[in-house]
Amino acid sequence: MSHVARSKGRAGFIAGFLILPLALYLTFVIWPYVQTFGYSFTNWSGQSPTFGFVGLENYAALMEDEVFRSALWHNLLLLVFVPVITILLALFFAFMVNAGGRSGAGGVRGVRGSAFYKIVYFFPQVLSLAILAVLFGAVYRSDTGGLLNAFLAKLGLVDPAHPVEWLNQPDLVLWCLLLVVVWHGVGFYLVLFSAAMQSVPKDIYEAALLDGAGRGQTFLRVTLPLLWDSVQTSAVYLGIAAMDMFVLVSTMTSGQFGGGPDHHSEVMATVLMRNFLYFGKSGYACAMGVVMLLLTMILSVVTLRATRRERIEF
Amino acid sequence: MTTVIKAPGEPAAERSRGSGRPGGGGRARSDGMVLNVFSHGFLAVWAILIVLPLVWLALGSFKTDSEIGASALSRPTNWHFDAFARAWDKGIGGYFGHTLIVLAFSVPLTMLLGSMAAYVLARYPFPGNRIIYYFFVSGAMFPVFLALVPLFFMVKRLDLLNTYQGLILVYIAYSMPFTVFFMHSFFRTLPTAVHEAAVIDGASDTRIFFQVMLPMARPGLISVGIFNVLGQWNQYILPSVLMQPQSGSDPERYMLTQGLIQLQYQMGYQTDLPVLFAGVTIAMIPMLVVYLSFQRQIQAGLTSATLK
Repeated sequence: MSHVARSKGRAGFIAGFLILPLALYLTFVIWPYVQTFGYSFTNWSGQSPTFGFVGLENYAALMEDEVFRSALWHNLLLLVFVPVITILLALFFAFMVNAGGRSGAGGVRGVRGSAFYKIVYFFPQVLSLAILAVLFGAVYRSDTGGLLNAFLAKLGLVDPAHPVEWLNQPDLVLWCLLLVVVWHGVGFYLVLFSAAMQSVPKDIYEAALLDGAGRGQTFLRVTLPLLWDSVQTSAVYLGIAAMDMFVLVSTMTSGQFGGGPDHHSEVMATVLMRNFLYFGKSGYACAMGVVMLLLTMILSVVTLRATRRERIEF
Repeated sequence: MTTVIKAPGEPAAERSRGSGRPGGGGRARSDGMVLNVFSHGFLAVWAILIVLPLVWLALGSFKTDSEIGASALSRPTNWHFDAFARAWDKGIGGYFGHTLIVLAFSVPLTMLLGSMAAYVLARYPFPGNRIIYYFFVSGAMFPVFLALVPLFFMVKRLDLLNTYQGLILVYIAYSMPFTVFFMHSFFRTLPTAVHEAAVIDGASDTRIFFQVMLPMARPGLISVGIFNVLGQWNQYILPSVLMQPQSGSDPERYMLTQGLIQLQYQMGYQTDLPVLFAGVTIAMIPMLVVYLSFQRQIQAGLTSATLK
């Protein structure tokens, strides 16, 4: 390959192929990323061409900002619960789909209809978050026109005269949103874990079976360690998703760019957008962007370190 | 249900545990049978939890507004399609069109530009190659919120706010990290011998790329293509910042996702929820069709994308 590239005239070809992609990428991705750091040290309003350098003032103000602090706290809560719940459910279903049909004769096999389950479970993944927002807005309606209230009323768990105001209850709203994320994500991670499980050689399972390992043991001692890489990756992805949450919060909850009732569902992304587009505090919003980046990076490093295991070759 | 046939040489451990279960009179009921019922139970419940809200929402398009408000469990009395027609007129048709226009350009261009960059980076060693590669790939790690404020003003300065061209360019740029990453690993796996044969035949580098390498990379292109279609079709944050009418006289060019949210606000005031539900159903149907036709590739594509 290298002798091909060394001949003359290749430089023009290489440059020609790289110039457009690189130019677009630099203009719309890299340069804005870099600029954010700069703007985060200014009191720029966004509208005026002039602005002053204020040093770390924005960051200091962030630490004082009650709304931002509660948003940060909510993000951290989601950061713990979204990955844990989604991964546990996905692992459970993946194990059921792939090893649930175990019988005496055939060792380990998937249940009948496992392909069907994978197709159904995965579908939410191709729906846009906007569709999910409208759908679950209707499911969580605060009267019996909402699917959840209607069901609970039918079962006698909710008084039809006083249905639960899911998205307007300060202590419920965040968990309602969390359920939407889990509903959306489980199918994808099920398929992901299934793919990983299927790449595990059958004879490992058969050996475990011969040694007398039960279902639970097979799962904990054989399946889980072999899947650890995928679990780790999933945790990072879900963590990044839990740091975002903008679409769901801003469209499903009350308030300008969501966050209601009374900031109980606020996340950093909604505070950022409100400060940028509504209050016109661009410099301040940039400082929030930087904090979000730092947290995302810390999250990735911590997750990867905390879940580090010996890599198993098979 | 799977019929369980007991093999003669069944492991002892399996037999001893199997016999501990309550067995049906005379029939060979083993552990597998019990587990089968158990797992099917859980799996079916989750399947219902996925399907039920979606079907319920689609059914809502046929109800009247008062039926929707009265009880979620009410059945539609009239099976007219007029809510769909109204939703289309309320703008869903337009939003659909805007999204199609943008994607018709952004997806092919993303694939072309991403493949070009990935190809050069994968197969031509030159000084700075690694740096440029990591430069491209690193973009996938940062949250889009980090760039949002400066991006808005960058697009504004280029006079591209609320234009299709602007959004197309931004979509291409933000799809670049993943596309380059994925295609890079794909081009690396293509055999060098074919490349060399083409060189000996006197083909130019550009020609080799378009006539030899790109067709060979088709499986990879399909996976990334689907990923980009899904990602760009479902994008919400970028259009909601970049595709706002700047003045009263400016035409609105909302994307479908934005349009649905817009419709949700409108219908909340006008109390015509069937229209909203019909709009969501209209937005869902193409995804359902695309998904069912390509579900194997979609699952494989997204899975390998995450694992790599």
